[in-house]
Amino acid sequence: MNRRDALSRVALLVGGSVIGAEAFLSGCKTATKYGESLNFTPEDIAYLNEVAETILPATDTPGAKEAKVGEFMTVIVKDCYEEKDQKTFLEGMKKLDEASTKKNGKSFMESTPQQRHDLLVDLDKEAKDYGKTKKPEDPNHYFSLIKQLTLWGYFTSEPGATKALRYVAVPGRYEGCIPYKKGDKAWAT
Amino acid sequence: MPGDSLNINNKAVAQNTYDAIVVGSGISGGWAAKELAQRGLKVLMLERGREFVHIKDYKTAGYNPWEFPHRGRPTQEQLKPRPVIARTWGKSEGIMDYWAKDSEAPYTEIKPFKWWRAYQVGGRSILWGRQSYRWSDFDFEANAKDGWAIDWPVRYKDIQPWYDHVEKFAGISGSMEGLQHLPDGQFLPPMELNCVEKDVSARIKDFYKGQRHLIIGRAAHITAPHPDREQCQFRNRCWEGCMFGGYFSTQSSTLPAAMKTGNLTVRPWSLVSKVLYDKDTKKATGVEIVDAETNKTYEFYSKIVFLNASALNSAWVLMNSATDIWPDGLGSSSGELGHNIMDHHYNLGISGDVDGYDDKYYYGRRANGFYLTRFANLYGDKRDYLRGFGYQGSASRGSWSRDIAELSIGDKFKDALTEPGPWKIGMGGFGELLPYHENKITLDKDRKDKWGLPILAMDAELKDNEKKMRKDILEEGKAMFEAAGIKNVVTHDGGHEIGDGIHEMGTARMGNDPKTSVLNKWNQVWDAQNVFVTDGAFMVSSACQNPSLTYMAFTARAANHAVDELKKGNI
Repeated sequence: MNRRDALSRVALLVGGSVIGAEAFLSGCKTATKYGESLNFTPEDIAYLNEVAETILPATDTPGAKEAKVGEFMTVIVKDCYEEKDQKTFLEGMKKLDEASTKKNGKSFMESTPQQRHDLLVDLDKEAKDYGKTKKPEDPNHYFSLIKQLTLWGYFTSEPGATKALRYVAVPGRYEGCIPYKKGDKAWAT
Repeated sequence: MPGDSLNINNKAVAQNTYDAIVVGSGISGGWAAKELAQRGLKVLMLERGREFVHIKDYKTAGYNPWEFPHRGRPTQEQLKPRPVIARTWGKSEGIMDYWAKDSEAPYTEIKPFKWWRAYQVGGRSILWGRQSYRWSDFDFEANAKDGWAIDWPVRYKDIQPWYDHVEKFAGISGSMEGLQHLPDGQFLPPMELNCVEKDVSARIKDFYKGQRHLIIGRAAHITAPHPDREQCQFRNRCWEGCMFGGYFSTQSSTLPAAMKTGNLTVRPWSLVSKVLYDKDTKKATGVEIVDAETNKTYEFYSKIVFLNASALNSAWVLMNSATDIWPDGLGSSSGELGHNIMDHHYNLGISGDVDGYDDKYYYGRRANGFYLTRFANLYGDKRDYLRGFGYQGSASRGSWSRDIAELSIGDKFKDALTEPGPWKIGMGGFGELLPYHENKITLDKDRKDKWGLPILAMDAELKDNEKKMRKDILEEGKAMFEAAGIKNVVTHDGGHEIGDGIHEMGTARMGNDPKTSVLNKWNQVWDAQNVFVTDGAFMVSSACQNPSLTYMAFTARAANHAVDELKKGNI
């Protein structure tokens, strides 16, 4: 779905008129700036959701967006990260979008799912290569942080834990040796 | 609340008088209170921290993982007042306020030292590891045989009935193994090893000709019906507190039993600053406290005092007491008070990959693992260092956090992570540290805590014997895993600061001679025989087993001895 189609669908939903439609359309032309501060904007969260969804897309189980991983990332970065990682993460939000423009000639949000996927495959490789020579005192790679937050945020979310995995709140007993067949889901915790 | 009267007149003295005062409400304090109250004594239990009510105060224990705002990770705001816990693996969102604020009660690290503190009713009994092992005479005789430090004044036969006594009440699950170095006890049904652990156990047994034993951990979890508590539900959320009372804690076990007698009063926010000592009778008359909320000072009186404030804090109370007679405090006449501090080796381990078992899994979250029991320097084995070690670990299948070599992101990656990964196995070493006179804690008179009280200075480190053992723990662990067919075996040693094992002990050791020990064989302070110290401070050596069960047994023994002596008029 392109931006104009999206707009017309929204217009249908709200009964014909969209306030601020011009701004929405012109948004295609001026690059959105992500990660300006730890007071994350709705645009930041929408963007992080799409990045997370590219890492863990909806399949026959919900994707990262449905698990609200974008919002989760902002909460953790703001409240739990040390300053050094906060900086890496904020800069990384920009770097990821720049890498998209460089590779695909358009911003991440404008890219197709396939373009997004290919970009993140490259970034994952870049992060893993960086990790091989990284010294403990070196900063983390921003994509490692994003990927880690995505996996953690997704698999500990309610949709992730209960639909992508199997969650039993109160097992009641322990059995040390039960049969497993390929396709059975892993325990969430 | 007792102590509310400021003017100490006769009525107030009467109001503030009990048969016994127990300082501290953790594992050993809970036991002291229960035993003394059940024997009919009026008991006052003093806890320096807040009230902490069973079930009601386990705020996050019923949360699903997604209900934690930070999914279990501590926030910077939680970490800031707790710089010591921030250096450890014990930081978790739900329990951060179970740990004391180091900023309010700092200590001086002459040498690096990690002091994990939980200041609330129940102390660290909510947060302990629950592994429960008896000592044997290999342990009680070790100092005498090696000519190291001083001999233990007790032997296994003295403490065996008390192990029976505390195990029956606390509820210890475990398997009967017939091992001389790790005596069997009064066990509830054992938990189960998983398929991989069972096979690794069999292969190790085979390879080492029956001389090495990998058994299921002996853990203070209820695995069969037990009075007034519900069975372990295998949620593995113990540290947040258990609403089922599935594991032993002061709250689930000793406190309700003590309260039931009608003889126990608990006073939170009561920071005991000293034991009151009467030089004419050579006995304690009670304790002085600072109310941690109001900063007001009160005195409470009793016939006997039990110090169960944890090994370091009990020594600290003694150092602050009767300083007009002994400049270094009550119990310092031997010169050993605050010395001989020990811990257990921790923060080192072995891990590897397990081929196969792709068609095997497990159900439930077992808050327990395997125990690979000691073999070094036993039954004719001889090493280039003294004493021994054990390992604790588990095998499990990889989780969603694992790497998948050929996949990086996307739908196939996600689907692969929804299935369990290959099996892995890992174990950590727990080893004995020797007592050294020069490993010590002292009062740092230049620094004060929030209440204006002097703080402790820690000066202890690993020495040659410990360093050799650490090396051997990794070498032997690797060799055993390889013998059991484990692949890609790796070892790691994260280094050890005293306190890392959370088994600090030895600061007021017992002995046969008042010239070389702080306590007699009944845990009585030689210099004031109605003062008993029954937390980790009394330990003469550390063995390699987790110590809490031994603290329970010695506490129950000392409490019953105290009542007997009181009845005979001896104290």
